[in-house]
Amino acid sequence: MEKKIRVLIAKPGLDGHDRGAKIVARALRDAGMEVIYTGLHQTAEMIVETAVQEDVDVIGLSLLSGAHMTLFKNVTKLLKEKGMGDVLVVGGGIIPEEDVPALKKAGVAGCFGPGTPCEDIVDFIKKKVKK
Amino acid sequence: MPGDKEINQVKEKKENWEKNCYKKLVRTNPERKKKFVNLSNVEIKNLYTPDDIADTDYIDDIGFPGEYPFLRGVHHTMYRGRLWTMRQFSGFGSAEETNKRYKYLLDHGETGLSVAFDYPTLYGYDTDQPMARGEFGKCGVAVSSLKDMEILFSNIPVDKVTTSMTINGPAAVIWAMYIANAENRGVSRRVIGGTIQNDILKEYIAQKSFIFPPEPSMRLIVDTFEYGYKSVPKWNTISISGYHIREAGSTAVQELAFTLGDGLEYVRWAKKRGLKIDDFAPRLSFFFNAHNDFFEEIAKYRAARRIWARELKRFGAKNPRSLLMRFHTQTAGCSLTAQQPEINIARVTMQGLAAVLGGTQSLHTNSMDEALALPSEKAVRIALRTQQIIAEESGVTDTIDPLGGSYYIEWLTDKMEEETYKYFDKVDKLGGVIPAIEKGFFQREIAEAAYRYQKEIDTNERAIVGVNKYKMDEPVEIPLLKMDEKGEERQIKRLKKLRKERDNAKTQRNLSRLKNAAEGNEYMMPCILDCVRSYATLGETCDVLREVFGEYKEPAIY
Repeated sequence: MEKKIRVLIAKPGLDGHDRGAKIVARALRDAGMEVIYTGLHQTAEMIVETAVQEDVDVIGLSLLSGAHMTLFKNVTKLLKEKGMGDVLVVGGGIIPEEDVPALKKAGVAGCFGPGTPCEDIVDFIKKKVKK
Repeated sequence: MPGDKEINQVKEKKENWEKNCYKKLVRTNPERKKKFVNLSNVEIKNLYTPDDIADTDYIDDIGFPGEYPFLRGVHHTMYRGRLWTMRQFSGFGSAEETNKRYKYLLDHGETGLSVAFDYPTLYGYDTDQPMARGEFGKCGVAVSSLKDMEILFSNIPVDKVTTSMTINGPAAVIWAMYIANAENRGVSRRVIGGTIQNDILKEYIAQKSFIFPPEPSMRLIVDTFEYGYKSVPKWNTISISGYHIREAGSTAVQELAFTLGDGLEYVRWAKKRGLKIDDFAPRLSFFFNAHNDFFEEIAKYRAARRIWARELKRFGAKNPRSLLMRFHTQTAGCSLTAQQPEINIARVTMQGLAAVLGGTQSLHTNSMDEALALPSEKAVRIALRTQQIIAEESGVTDTIDPLGGSYYIEWLTDKMEEETYKYFDKVDKLGGVIPAIEKGFFQREIAEAAYRYQKEIDTNERAIVGVNKYKMDEPVEIPLLKMDEKGEERQIKRLKKLRKERDNAKTQRNLSRLKNAAEGNEYMMPCILDCVRSYATLGETCDVLREVFGEYKEPAIY
């Protein structure tokens, strides 16, 4: 049997907008993935620690507060330091187009803004994580 | 309402019309959809007639504006006398930058202020605390001390303009800063007017900027009720909010039911403390969303007024002002599209119109660029102009409750009321609002509704113009707001200077007095005021309370 893709959906920082994170978590679950949701107010350390414990293939970071340049980069930096650079990191929320190249460079493989169909996120993850 | 004989005639004629005309036509030319439903999944009929509201008694159920049950409006003259307050929710970066924006908005005809705070402030942290890093000024303005409050309102007439502040966990502290600033400028607290959101229940349910567990949070809120009617009589000490419940993905019915349910819970807690309902209830206010389904939104506001008046009467309120469900409205941020952002102006116009036809007391219209960033000056000006056009060009303000008596509107108002009471029963069975929060009831209901809505969009069952229909592949070309990158550094320097220059012995004394008050059963508002007056920061004051009360951790449910 094929092994399921394991995804951690995380809310870094103080942002409380969790509608998108919860919808994506459900959509990935319905697409056959194992989903773990961290809940709110996570530091980079907490997110990476959970990723290690749960042995995930993907981390989905959701943020609508505008603090993505600091908070997303904190997570990718720490992942690299822990030798977990192979975990796929994707981001969602209110992320202006002009911030996307810098986030990609920092290791956020894909950014999904408002209006993205859930299917696009499912397809992206399935293509990048071949099991 | 028409008599039985007339109703029977209408019924008979409608049946004939359905059988002989409508159904025949539909057989050859099918309707656009198999089933027409609104955003709350209520099935909508092809036509409404007097038969649909045959049980309605005009005097008891509809009545007159400014009179019980207030279905047609809370004031006798409504917009013929005075327009709603045009109040754009606004705040970003430093107090200096936001102060400039407020003056800009007032110069362009805004009639009230509304403060958006950044995340650290919402959680009671100073800009230089570890959890705050990277968040300064991102989602609102940073206010870490009375010093920032002074700058935020400098040269703004706090004796004339009313201010609404979206603050919940640390509401008592931020309110104390507003009061202290006014008093330092020689304006009595008895004169100032405004609103603090102060609605912690919906934080647990939807918005999630909570600090303390439910019990001490409720205690702080009842303290503000008491301080308000005794000392700041023109202040709305709470804005019981459905807005964020809706933004989190609820239906209109859930928004209505959960919000009013929260409101009744505050009444219970205040009464339990021994406050008299007619002292505090006149200062309770509400805040609703204006989403896309035009008539459903209008029915929601009307139903809210009638339910609130009836329930408060049941609680024994005698003062007619206790029965008034006065409310602010904001158009639905979650309905805005990042795609073809200019078309959001059209959405906001319809949503704003629904709020006005629903009898709102104040209104925020969203800016077209808010699915991309905080609004630019031009975008917010257009949003304000949209309200001004509704107010001064459309003619909808010339008569009171113009849709009252519409068969559809009255039927839908009744329907929403009926659905609301079903939710009240469900929550009662779970043991009340706080046990239902702890069981994740509201959170799950909302997450399910949000997922259903998204699936409808993803499968093209529900059209969103520019997203799944009439799409365009062109880059977004509107200039977005840029913030001063030096703001955070400046703010941290200001905090350091403040901590060095204030009378630290006095600050510490006030903070330990607050700690003692919190540990006992004491009423905390006077102590909180002393803390902020002696320039204790927001973070220091909230840390004292965090130490005594602990912090709330929510169950992570999706």
